[in-house]
Amino acid sequence: MIGVEHYVVVATILFVLGVLGIFINRKNVIVILMSIELMLLAVNINLVAFSAFLGDLTGQVFAMFVLTVAAAEAAIGLAILVVFFRRRRTIAVDSVSQLQG
Amino acid sequence: MIHTIAFYLFAAMVIASAMMVIFARNPVHSVMWLILSFFNAAGLMVLVGAEFIAMLLVIVYVGAVAVLFLFVVMMLDIDYAEMRAGFMRNMPLGLLIALILLAEIVLGIGAYRTGAIELGTPDGTGAAPLGASNIEAIGSLMFTRYVFLFEAAGIILLVAMIGAIVLTHLGSGPARGQQNVSRQNRRRPEEATRNVTPEIGKGIEL
Repeated sequence: MIGVEHYVVVATILFVLGVLGIFINRKNVIVILMSIELMLLAVNINLVAFSAFLGDLTGQVFAMFVLTVAAAEAAIGLAILVVFFRRRRTIAVDSVSQLQG
Repeated sequence: MIHTIAFYLFAAMVIASAMMVIFARNPVHSVMWLILSFFNAAGLMVLVGAEFIAMLLVIVYVGAVAVLFLFVVMMLDIDYAEMRAGFMRNMPLGLLIALILLAEIVLGIGAYRTGAIELGTPDGTGAAPLGASNIEAIGSLMFTRYVFLFEAAGIILLVAMIGAIVLTHLGSGPARGQQNVSRQNRRRPEEATRNVTPEIGKGIEL
């Protein structure tokens, strides 16, 4: 029978994959943003699984707020990315420290 | 039985497509794998009876966020081969950190399993009413107990929307190719044309 532990294991692997994605794609901001989305997805899976197995809906409401913040973060992050690309014609994160004005 | 098979199918697909997201050579493929990963996560959530969050995941992530990623990936003209330059160089450090993090989480779960950590029990304020469907129960919780948090989430989305528009807006200068009707109408033949009588064998300067 599938218990909450199974879900926790899946979410853990997903979260670690997100962290690994940030580290191995250090130059490509788009893939870094996608890795952050993967980590937020892992958190959401955890929240929903615990909410369902404990019979308390608060976790699902909270997962919805996490979803809201993830959408807002993706929109702002990609907007900053587009502005950065217009200015420097590259999205290499190495040169982000020189973002001026 | 079918429940177990479905769980392992969805879980394996989530993890496999998450791997493809971070290892794919082409960012467009990464976005596609991200979409597959979200679909399978939604499947996992349906399995525990959280249909509302699962459908929200499909609508918000696949319908909005993934399409936004796709637009940005396709809009920016980037040499992605150059982007992957440090891929293999970063791999050992990344794997090391990922393994350490995994070990830490496994230790945490192990401590929980042996009873060293007490997470508490739900106090029943968030319990689903008897006989209500998932969406009904979430709605009755969100619009009463969490209504202010719900409105705060709306404000966050509004701020994000305004921020994205302000950031990418190209300023208020006149757009190229705009027609100035009054200037066109004010133009007389005298200022648009001129009469010249060039000498034989000589051209005119335009």
